[in-house]
Amino acid sequence: MTHFIDRRLNPKGRSTGNRRRFIGRIKAHVREAVDASVRKRGITDMEAGTDVAVPRDSLSEPSFHHATKGGTREGVLPGNREYRAGDEIPRPPPGGGGAGRKGAPDGEGEDDFVFALSRDEFLDIFFEDLELPDLVKRSLAGSAVRRPRRAGLSVTGAPANLNVGRTMRRAMGRRIALRRPSDAHLDDLRDRLFALEAVFEPDAAQRAEMARLQAELEAATAHRKRVPYLDPLDLRYSHFEPQPEPRAQAVMFCLMDVSASMGAREKDLAKRFFVLLHLFLTRRYETVDLVFIRHTHLASEVDEQTFFYSRESGGTMVSTALAEMNRVQSERYPASEWNIYAAQASDGDNYQGDSRDCQIWLESELLKICQHFAYVEIIGEAEARILRDAARGTELWMAYREVAERWPNFAMRRVAGSADIYPVFRDLFARRREVAHG
Amino acid sequence: MADLLFDGPDWNFDTLRRTTDAIEKIAREDLGLDTYPNQIEIISTEQMLDAYSATGMPLMYRHWSFGKQFIHHERLYSKGAQGLAYEIVINSDPCICYCLEENTMPMQALVIAHAAFGHNHFFKSNHLFRQWTDARGILDYLDYARGFLSQCEERYGPGRVERTLDAAHALMNASVFRHRRPAQPSLRAEAERAEKRIEEDERAAHYLWSRIEAEHRSPGHENASTERRHALGLPEENLIYFLERHSPVLEPWQRQVLRIVRNLAQYFYPQRQTQVMNEGCACFVHFHILSKLHEQGRIGDGAMLEILHSHSSVLFQPGYDHPGYSGINPYALGFAMMRDIRRICESPEQEDRDWFPAIAGCGDWRGVLKDAWANFRDESFIQQFLSPKVMRDLRLFALRDAESEDTMRVTAIHDAGGYHALRDTLAHSYDLSHRAPDIEIVDADLAGDRVLRLRHVLRNEVPLDARDREATLDCLRELWGYEVEIDEMVG
Repeated sequence: MTHFIDRRLNPKGRSTGNRRRFIGRIKAHVREAVDASVRKRGITDMEAGTDVAVPRDSLSEPSFHHATKGGTREGVLPGNREYRAGDEIPRPPPGGGGAGRKGAPDGEGEDDFVFALSRDEFLDIFFEDLELPDLVKRSLAGSAVRRPRRAGLSVTGAPANLNVGRTMRRAMGRRIALRRPSDAHLDDLRDRLFALEAVFEPDAAQRAEMARLQAELEAATAHRKRVPYLDPLDLRYSHFEPQPEPRAQAVMFCLMDVSASMGAREKDLAKRFFVLLHLFLTRRYETVDLVFIRHTHLASEVDEQTFFYSRESGGTMVSTALAEMNRVQSERYPASEWNIYAAQASDGDNYQGDSRDCQIWLESELLKICQHFAYVEIIGEAEARILRDAARGTELWMAYREVAERWPNFAMRRVAGSADIYPVFRDLFARRREVAHG
Repeated sequence: MADLLFDGPDWNFDTLRRTTDAIEKIAREDLGLDTYPNQIEIISTEQMLDAYSATGMPLMYRHWSFGKQFIHHERLYSKGAQGLAYEIVINSDPCICYCLEENTMPMQALVIAHAAFGHNHFFKSNHLFRQWTDARGILDYLDYARGFLSQCEERYGPGRVERTLDAAHALMNASVFRHRRPAQPSLRAEAERAEKRIEEDERAAHYLWSRIEAEHRSPGHENASTERRHALGLPEENLIYFLERHSPVLEPWQRQVLRIVRNLAQYFYPQRQTQVMNEGCACFVHFHILSKLHEQGRIGDGAMLEILHSHSSVLFQPGYDHPGYSGINPYALGFAMMRDIRRICESPEQEDRDWFPAIAGCGDWRGVLKDAWANFRDESFIQQFLSPKVMRDLRLFALRDAESEDTMRVTAIHDAGGYHALRDTLAHSYDLSHRAPDIEIVDADLAGDRVLRLRHVLRNEVPLDARDREATLDCLRELWGYEVEIDEMVG
């Protein structure tokens, strides 16, 4: 007898556990490759995953086996054309020829085991031991995901959902209510009948008893047929209803100074910072909204393209951006439903006296509702050498420093080159307890 | 006449069942095959890759090396450097046979005849599988192994389990019983036996006997090491078995892990010994059955052409100087030999009568083949049945490569003077106990320095791979807990 089973719909990823163990084993190499590619390539193709080359040595699975050389070997080969017994053949030069693995044509050496790290694995390692602070608010708004939830029982359903316990309970109730004769009862009747049948020359009373038992047995058997052990009426299925899944959602405000003092280099650095934060948020939250606010002496909400690539001239008033953020947030992103993050990039220039306003905006409004507010000041390479001391800086920097002292959800750093971005980022969101332990 | 089983390349479960029933009818009534019940499972490519990575088994404990396998195959497959197997078949009862969903219907017919009847019959009838594997229990055992190992990971940490498994895997191939059926008494049975033995000793105690025995034993007694080795059951060829029983440092769960690995090694051992026969049997069966179906008009010409195309590409044997050459193709050799056995039975020539007087012209090729499938393994099968005609057809020649000589030497070719030597050499090269290094544990002084001594008997002066030898010895040290030494001896 042959059975056919369609396995194609079985859950995928049976070997995920093995893959995870494999990556765990070569963690050091993977980590290295990830760090290298983060430094090397542009942020835009960060999502692509990466190739990891691992020296074969660290993956060897040794065993006792014969060496490929040495000793006397004799083997049989097919396809003889010209040889006769006793012919002598020069050895093929080592390395070339039939035996032995050849170097792969695509440059992957024989010594390396190369494999592709998927995007998710790449980001997992990238974000390892980072954690966003205060991941608390969940909201039903805007969720598209529905998950099946238990919702009682139903009389129809897929066989896989058959609720055996309920079904059997109902069957038993029905059998009792309809007085279905039990196995024991039938056996008892049969035994008594059998005992009477065994009597040699039964008297009249015994004969009558026999007839009565016979009739009773027949009635009971017929009754059992009418009242089956399990009836389609008894069947109950577990019922599942799709219910919207509460999802955590976040909005990320990107604030940037686009006045003339911000050149292409500064914008590029700022962009890297934003993209990293965005990548990270998309991993933690199912929906992440982005709001781009650029400012000169005026602030406005713009789309991403304009935000990064269009030029604007004017003075610099940072507080306008904060006011704009406050407006957008109170109109569209109520703090009770959204996790609010903000990232601000600037070169530190500000209109005289405006920094005080910024401080007030932050402390009276924004920091009360923000999960986290990160500020990076982008400075030149030359400045970086001078401004090594965090206690010195522009007016804006000094004002923000006061804020940072009072608000734990406010963080600020200076960035001078693209190499600084990654460490700054890790530093900004490093796990709290690591900070606590020093 | 126009009773086609299927038409066109698409398959569905109706055509699969109809075709399988038709194949089964021929397998049973014509060939008289005896198979386990079949369980044919249709799987996707990704699931096939999954199956690859876990040595083809539907269940397996988790280990990084399987992840490595998976990545390796996936990469080759996605580059197009390697196609996927059309099927995987598992020696279990019921016999599980995975078929790839992408196969066309003619391919499914080929695969079902090949695996679900050819391999299945071989698993059920061959003496090695019958004696050494437990087809009914293997899936349950794997399920248990998987559960046990994940429990161990929880309790003792994934790192420790991984180290133990790594070390055990390194010794896996050197951890089979080659000659005797492994004794697998339960702990309780073992305890009972020990008790009984003591009882026996007490009953047999008699001053007369004890005196004689004492005198008898006295010369051996002086040699404490003989006594000690005897008590440990040395020499022992099954490395893991010895460690599992006698290692001074292992915890009980580690012994159980070793036992699991050892049992799996033993389970796979017959497959390694019967590659040529197993594939030959499956190819012969599928070829016979599908040709029969074609004769009966139940498979169309187009489908038969597709079947023959993949049949012949599987059976292709490139010559030694062909760029695609990678050793003798077990499919080709097995199929050629089995076809030739049929020829010898049906229409022998004088040469065949001289070489195979017992079967030449007997006509009962089914009986001869079934007897061969049941009672031989690769080495003995070749020794017994490789005919001069097959050697000529494959144009075999034997080549000797001695380190001491400057050139390689052709020792025999497919001519009258070379047939015997050629057959011996080929049979030898399929003898696993000859191919694998001969290593056994010879001594361990548990009361003394506790050094575990191994002996490698060199055959034809072929050395061990030096780097892997050291790495494997490290694994042994990990499991033994003390120093391990290996001596090389010229055999």
